Amino acid sequence: MVDPVIVTSPRAWRRFTSLVARTADSDIAYNFRRSPVTMLAAAGVALILFLALFAPLIAPFDPFDPGSVDIMNADLPPAWVDGGQSAYLLGTDNQGRDILSTLMYGSRISLGVGFAAVVFSLVVGVLLGLLSGFLGGYTDAFIMRIADIQLSFPAILIALLVDGVLYGILPREMHGDFWFPILVFSIGISGWVQYARTVRGSTMVEISKEYVQAARVIGISPAKIMVRHILPNVMGPVLVIATINLAVAIITEATLSFLGVGVPITSPSLGTLIRIGGDYLYSGEWWITIFPGIVLAALALSINLLGDWLRDALNPKLR
Amino acid sequence: MIAFILRRILQSIAVMLAVGFIAFSMFRFIGDPINNMVGQYTSTAEREILRKGLGLDDPFLVQYVNYLKNALHGNFGNSYKQRRPVSDLIIERLPATLELSFTAALLALAIGIPMGVYTGLHRKGFLAQTFMVLSLIGVSLPTFLIGILLIYVFGVILGWLPTFGRGDVVRLGWWTTGFLTPKGLAALIMPSITLALFQLTLIMRLVRAEMLEVLRADYIKFARARGLSNRVINFGHALKNTMVPVITITGLQIGSIIAFAIITETVFQWPGMGQLFIQAVAEVDIPVMACYLMLISFFFVVINLIVDILYYVVDPRLRTERVASAHG
Amino acid sequence: MTAPLLAVENLRVEFPTRRGALIAVDDISFEIARGETLGVVGESGAGKSLTGAAIIGLLEPPGRIAGGRIFFDGRRIDNLPYAEMRRLRGAKIGAIFQDPLTSLNPLYTVGRQLIETIRTHLPLSETEAKRRAVSLLEEVGIPAPERRLDQYPHQFSGGMRQRVVIALALCANPQLIVADEPTTALDVSIQAQIVALIKRLCREHGTAVMLVTHDMGVIAETADRVAVMYSGRIAEIGPVRSVIKSPKHPYTVGLMASIPMIGDKAAHLAQIKGSMPRLGSIPPGCAFNPRCPKVFDRCYRERPILIPTETSAASCWLYDKAAAR
Repeated sequence: MVDPVIVTSPRAWRRFTSLVARTADSDIAYNFRRSPVTMLAAAGVALILFLALFAPLIAPFDPFDPGSVDIMNADLPPAWVDGGQSAYLLGTDNQGRDILSTLMYGSRISLGVGFAAVVFSLVVGVLLGLLSGFLGGYTDAFIMRIADIQLSFPAILIALLVDGVLYGILPREMHGDFWFPILVFSIGISGWVQYARTVRGSTMVEISKEYVQAARVIGISPAKIMVRHILPNVMGPVLVIATINLAVAIITEATLSFLGVGVPITSPSLGTLIRIGGDYLYSGEWWITIFPGIVLAALALSINLLGDWLRDALNPKLR
Repeated sequence: MIAFILRRILQSIAVMLAVGFIAFSMFRFIGDPINNMVGQYTSTAEREILRKGLGLDDPFLVQYVNYLKNALHGNFGNSYKQRRPVSDLIIERLPATLELSFTAALLALAIGIPMGVYTGLHRKGFLAQTFMVLSLIGVSLPTFLIGILLIYVFGVILGWLPTFGRGDVVRLGWWTTGFLTPKGLAALIMPSITLALFQLTLIMRLVRAEMLEVLRADYIKFARARGLSNRVINFGHALKNTMVPVITITGLQIGSIIAFAIITETVFQWPGMGQLFIQAVAEVDIPVMACYLMLISFFFVVINLIVDILYYVVDPRLRTERVASAHG
Repeated sequence: MTAPLLAVENLRVEFPTRRGALIAVDDISFEIARGETLGVVGESGAGKSLTGAAIIGLLEPPGRIAGGRIFFDGRRIDNLPYAEMRRLRGAKIGAIFQDPLTSLNPLYTVGRQLIETIRTHLPLSETEAKRRAVSLLEEVGIPAPERRLDQYPHQFSGGMRQRVVIALALCANPQLIVADEPTTALDVSIQAQIVALIKRLCREHGTAVMLVTHDMGVIAETADRVAVMYSGRIAEIGPVRSVIKSPKHPYTVGLMASIPMIGDKAAHLAQIKGSMPRLGSIPPGCAFNPRCPKVFDRCYRERPILIPTETSAASCWLYDKAAAR
């Protein structure tokens, strides 16, 4: 459907690089440089992203390799507290796993699920929005009806429900293998509506314009019109939605994992870690739950700050 | 106006039917109801009798209608795991959730709205900026994390407040209340704060955004040009116009409080419907899940309806006839 | 000669941006006498509305007054604190804006908005204020005013709404009204009524008016004098008849020529070539020099000052007799 030449030709690449150059000098970049909070947020996200991506290479231990875990090292507090060891900077959990390493691997999972879910929501939402705006009529009415109904329920509830139903359909033995697609689908399906609505609005604005009508008369396929003309116009708001959506997705995954219906213990996300650690709070071993909590909070906060800034920067009315 | 209400009620019924359809489909098609209800030693013949007896061989539509009829009478079948009628379980747990949600909603509104107004009016002030930063943190921290932090600080370290359960409750008919005992009230504090925090920050940011938007309107500019005092402009004109959309969105938020109670109840082991639902999801206890879905949908639909009607009542533009503009 | 009611001296309004300040109103000076109507005409973006906003002290940030002075009734008002200026607004200086629909709070009845304005400036009781509100509505030509008091703005038609707005502006009998495009949002037939209303009321109450508009026809109907603005500067200022009949500044000449007249036999509408420069790219010297048919050397070097001619004052070097050889 989409002509690959359009996307990869040298002309497109030149346009891309000039876009990057213009962006760096643009009002947005200037705005960014003037806001220290935003830069801090961006740095925070970059750091966690880096640690997560390269966890297998830079983590001091692999907490999920049974060979490297020694139960004799269990329940060690962080290195700066009495009884801690410098090898285990942030302490160990009840199985002897190094907390710092579990944090990095956990962030990996959290970010992985979060991104995947956002991509899912984005693709589904943008697609449905384009179709809804372009085709109008019954298709539009139908899709928007579903959107309205879904919007009257909180996203977390929908994610929970879909999650529960999917696990219910799946035979119990397979639960451990399919958690990733189930989670991505559940969280993704709870977030498509905002994209669809925004894209639909922009689509409806664009299709009434003459250049689209002209393109249709010439005979260019609707798909090409949607991708080449309408899509670029919508990308700004979609990006803002995606950023905020990412924070929501990460928190949703963490919540589902905390409740026990998300990522299993075999490769825990930050949420799972917090759940496991919660039990040890009462016996005074705070580090097992507090550190993943801090990382999760920092991650969500930074992404939210970036999203807030992005929305203000792209909003002409607030200047 | 009547036509409007009737139309909305019809829409609500339609939504409930759709939800009922989903709930029923879950009930009927996920897992085998028979297998979930009997042990492994029941013979095939006995299962067949049970199947016929429960009407599981009837056409789909008949089963659907029966399910709905039963639902209207409060009969949602029996829980797979607890072997008791689902309705009993729900009624046991309903008061706990409702009391928690109500307290949280009250907190969120009583603190969120004034804070929103304040930060909207004093946009660049230091206190206002501080509130905004705190609100961003409130929105970013997941509810369960806040709960855990509160438990850790006030429960484990300081030991001031109970960290799980409802404390002492008093039974009034079929309702159990924690409001009437000091232990009950103490147990209510941390969970309701946890539940309220997210909504509070949301409401605060919403009120602030609306306030800022309204303060930029032409009629505010004209009011200033007429020499009206700041007090009249801010609290007379701006506030009133801000409240209209805020009322409606707040109403919707109350619904989501009941849903978010799921998380809070899990963190604090609060014996409410939410905790019941989570256990049901973990154990794939379909009848309970289906019933919870219907109940929550009912709450949401009713709240949406009330909010729509409220909007109608508050905004005079929707009530009276509009005169065609730009003529004589 | 009596002192003018409003005196604007070298007013400068600018918008700070990261690339430097954009000057929207560049060193303009004019006066309005008591009871006189001054029309301020010009294209969109010429700076007319900003001048009005600066006078009533409601310039929206980041715009700010960067220079000059404004005197009202002998008193300097451009540097007054907000609270002091507020006392003047409504009581001494009133304002009317373009869109009557958005100028009125949709959730309050018209009566409530009138009464609250009246009681802000005059020490009247609720009943007395109500009576005054009724008489104001009558004055602006709204039938059945007692009943209309309890109605909401959306229950009035566009023209009626603007009458209500005018009534609100006149509540406390101000000495000057800044009217920013009061008829632009209305049907043509209603425009004439509103214009006549403004004219009558201001004559009856002795109110001075600064009438900002891009519609020359409205100016011709109502104004005593007119100031033609271009690129934040005053191109020409003088009595209405003179400026219309014998415009001096080439821009005004072009403006008058481009207004189609009934009976014109021309096949094309006359136009001034080019367009007004954007705020960041105003040429040095006279702002009109790229488009002026009579441009000469000096126009590119020096910015012209207002030079009096027989009929009006024009900022154009063509009329500098002293320099003419």
